[in-house]
Amino acid sequence: MNIAISNASEKPIYQQLFEQISAQILKGELEGGYSLPPIRQAAKELRVSIITVKKAWEELERCGLINTITGKGCFVAEFLSEEMGRIREEMVLKQMVNDVSYYKSFGLTIEEVIELLKKAYTV
Amino acid sequence: MLALDIRHLNKKYPTFELRDVSFQLEKGYIMGFIGANGAGKTTTIKSILNMLHLDSGEVHILGKNIAEHEIELKQEIGYAFGDIDFYTRSKMKKLTDVIKKFYTNWDDEIYYNYLRRFKLDENKKIVELSTGMKVKYSLALALSHGAKLLILDEPTSGLDPVARDDLLDIFQDLVVDGEISILFSTHITSDLEKCADFITFIENGQIIHSSEKDDFIASYRLLNGSESQLNQVKEQLISYKVNSFGFTGLVRSQDYDPSSGISATMPSLEEIMIYFAKKEDMYV
Repeated sequence: MNIAISNASEKPIYQQLFEQISAQILKGELEGGYSLPPIRQAAKELRVSIITVKKAWEELERCGLINTITGKGCFVAEFLSEEMGRIREEMVLKQMVNDVSYYKSFGLTIEEVIELLKKAYTV
Repeated sequence: MLALDIRHLNKKYPTFELRDVSFQLEKGYIMGFIGANGAGKTTTIKSILNMLHLDSGEVHILGKNIAEHEIELKQEIGYAFGDIDFYTRSKMKKLTDVIKKFYTNWDDEIYYNYLRRFKLDENKKIVELSTGMKVKYSLALALSHGAKLLILDEPTSGLDPVARDDLLDIFQDLVVDGEISILFSTHITSDLEKCADFITFIENGQIIHSSEKDDFIASYRLLNGSESQLNQVKEQLISYKVNSFGFTGLVRSQDYDPSSGISATMPSLEEIMIYFAKKEDMYV
């Protein structure tokens, strides 16, 4: 598992953890059954607070990416590839809902947003 | 379980007052206690340790009232003050021999481990120690009797960046098993940005905010804009600074309207402290 935390980023650290780990799971880099380090151990090694790691792990669990087995720890969930696609879509959609409300606050139409999105993709 | 439960502390001095100070620390976590000089950090810490008479309020440590179980609880508490003055002409070794007798769970092995880790020579006299070494010595004492709650007043001030970093490492080591809890006051907020789980912020004798660190920071925004924009939001700002390029000001997240077009960033703990201190100046 690779994690690079940026303290200068605007993104909260738990969000950074969540995004980096979920991407690694959804890309298949972390396989089903992979055991995540215990929360307190991870916090110490990453030099972040315990609650930060806890939040990230909880978010991963809520998205169905990891399972907690009491007394044993957290493990990457086993899932089929179509299920993986569904989870990925769900996560992207959630982010988009957020972004869209931002675009709406400027009064942009969907066509205008799509045009801008095309530009952003080629940057 | 709560390691520390502080309820409605009040203490009036002629020129300063602690007003209804309450906050809680869950067992196994690190809490940073921040505030400007004179905001009431040390007074609060002294009340936690039953070192001053409160006008009203209660302190519970590991479920027990400190006023009723002081001697028993002090076995379980490790504390260190940044500026403590020991009897300075004695050797460290001699002082430790006296101090350790008070603690039933004193562990020489742990103590010598910390002396090595902190590079302290126990044959040195206190008077020969630098500020940083004195801090490390009181920490070694506080950590060597199996304390479950550490209460540290400005442990990192007086330490160089390398020693501070090492100390934060030790803090995180201590809480790994979830048995030990740490409350430490500081005004070097970058230390907390790394490892604290909770932040309690005191200003002028009152608790402004006590919560998880991320929630604490997320509940404020730092605005940046032109002078005309300042007039739009002036009423909502906690305080602000103006210069020839515009203004920066701190606002509660719930008062910030993203469609106002004013750019907003996440403040650091230090910025939150500074703007609250500035607020005092503006209205006094």
